[in-house]
Amino acid sequence: MKRNTFLTIGALAVFALFLTFADATLGRFTIRILNLSAIYIILALSLNLLNGFTGLFSLGHAGFMAVGAYVSALLTMTPAQKEMNFFLQPIVPFLRHVQLPFLVAIIIAGLCAALVAVIIGVPALRLRDDYLAIATLGFAEIIRVLITNAQSLTNGAQGLKGIPKYSTTWVVWGAATIAVLFMLALVRSSYGRTMKAVRDDEIAAEAMGVNVFKVKSTSFVISSFMAGIGGALLGHMISTIDPKMFTLVLTFNILLIVVLGGNGSITGSVIAAVLVTVLMEALRFLDMPMNFMFIKTDGLPGLRMVIFSILLMIVVLYRQRGLMGNKEFSWDMVFGLFGRKNSAQKGGHS
Amino acid sequence: MEISTFFQQLANALSLGSLYALIAIGYTMVYGILRLINFAHGDVFMLGAYFAFYLATAIALPWGAAFIVALGLTALFGMGLERIAYRPLRDSPKISIMISAIGASFLIENLGVVIFGGRPKSFPSIPLFDTVIHFGSVSVLSVSLFIPVITAVILVIVLWIVNGTKTGLSMRAVSTDLDAARLMAIDVDKTISFTFGLGSLLAGLGGIMWTMKYPQLNPLMGFMPGLKCFIAAVIGGIGNIQGAVLGGFLLGMIEIMIVAFLPELTGYRDAFAFIFLIVILLAKPAGLLGKNQTVKV
Repeated sequence: MKRNTFLTIGALAVFALFLTFADATLGRFTIRILNLSAIYIILALSLNLLNGFTGLFSLGHAGFMAVGAYVSALLTMTPAQKEMNFFLQPIVPFLRHVQLPFLVAIIIAGLCAALVAVIIGVPALRLRDDYLAIATLGFAEIIRVLITNAQSLTNGAQGLKGIPKYSTTWVVWGAATIAVLFMLALVRSSYGRTMKAVRDDEIAAEAMGVNVFKVKSTSFVISSFMAGIGGALLGHMISTIDPKMFTLVLTFNILLIVVLGGNGSITGSVIAAVLVTVLMEALRFLDMPMNFMFIKTDGLPGLRMVIFSILLMIVVLYRQRGLMGNKEFSWDMVFGLFGRKNSAQKGGHS
Repeated sequence: MEISTFFQQLANALSLGSLYALIAIGYTMVYGILRLINFAHGDVFMLGAYFAFYLATAIALPWGAAFIVALGLTALFGMGLERIAYRPLRDSPKISIMISAIGASFLIENLGVVIFGGRPKSFPSIPLFDTVIHFGSVSVLSVSLFIPVITAVILVIVLWIVNGTKTGLSMRAVSTDLDAARLMAIDVDKTISFTFGLGSLLAGLGGIMWTMKYPQLNPLMGFMPGLKCFIAAVIGGIGNIQGAVLGGFLLGMIEIMIVAFLPELTGYRDAFAFIFLIVILLAKPAGLLGKNQTVKV
């Protein structure tokens, strides 16, 4: 036990050192991928809370992210930038001069997403399985339509440009660490156990005295809070947002991470988030014009997504547990792995 | 509003509604038998349209032949999809099947972008379908008159297949209880495959009619109609064929009429269907014509 705590602290320290080093030396593009991974970790954890731990299949994540991203952007942009963005219709007066510190703004962003989740959850969480999936997808779509049409509040289809770039390496990785620690604590708490009980057998859980609706809505609200913060951080990283960003494709990417990492595994989501983000950038060349020796293609946009959809289907069809199943990464597992190898080698020699 | 404008909108609503109804029938059949939202239904719809397009332009078949071959191909594709993406997961948790369905949907859409190209294509004009017919001051495309007729004919045929044939009997049996049906020596796999084939054929027909009405094809064209027709099927009571038709008509009517009477809401058009869905699910969770199901422990 002591050894494991020591190793965890050691690994975190090494990682912090790596971040310091990376932040100082690596190019902007690499750092961007690194930071994007952190944001995807937050988003994947928040979807995993619903999908993997509570058994609610929600497809509405992009909607909550949109709420978070817009709220935080509007609260932190300077009045001059707002003036520049809102050239079609002036911005509503109460937002015109507001400018809050970053930390306050993202927390309000998360709270706004959570508030939307409360409003949506009351009707939607009475539904089950596929109905819930469609209803949440529908709500996300409604949020997007509202954002597109509320010209004086969100600048409509033009989106917002020049959002202050507050999502530095330390901010996003700090947020990701808090998210991981929070999830670990949540899942091990009695609340986490009731969530798993609801996931495994709703009727049995209800019979045992679990207030199913309350558990589901709590999980939904917490997950949306995290999604809102993730969306806000994303907005502050790429500094431009528009309603077209927040479609089902975004939710699909997060779902891919959750499924790949293992439904119901926190460490699995973390590993898969980094893996998928890096892979997504590494495979970007597929969408570009290519030139092998004699064969020239003039860029096949969509090929990257084809590969990701195939990846998702292979995982679902042949390895439903994903990378980690519903287990968590632990040092014992690593030592167990080495231990087995060692003993196998010994066995081989003798 | 003038009375002629009203009739014009009514005509638009009828043709859109019957198009929704046509696609919703396929949705409801597949759901009825497998209890699975086939997220890829909208993409099968898109494929039907593209098959017809390539058969009519690249191979230069006469349009009638092109349509029939395209429908056959779409049906085969639907059966293949079931075989690859859904059958291996039949005993898995529901979430896995839904994830597989979403994966299949994304795969087909993006393969469509890669193979067909992302740029919209326009269907060659077919005089029979795109003449404008005037009734007094109301003018409609001739295809808008064909669509309700086709939907009615399809409804009769599908109802006959489900209620009047032996295949239909086994479909109903599988839908009621899959394991019991297997014990009664019903070939479950074959029945499900047939249902998928028929459902996909109807989706393909819907896709072709859609491109006759709105003559543009793009690989993502199936997404919204797919969702809306699922909503139509849910509103009518999923698994119920007459319900799907009713839901389709209601949805078409609501979309067109709200925009016609309250033009300032045009931008919100795509949201109506979802709002309507949520209202219906809360008021009547089994849909308008559906039977309430109780969960047994």
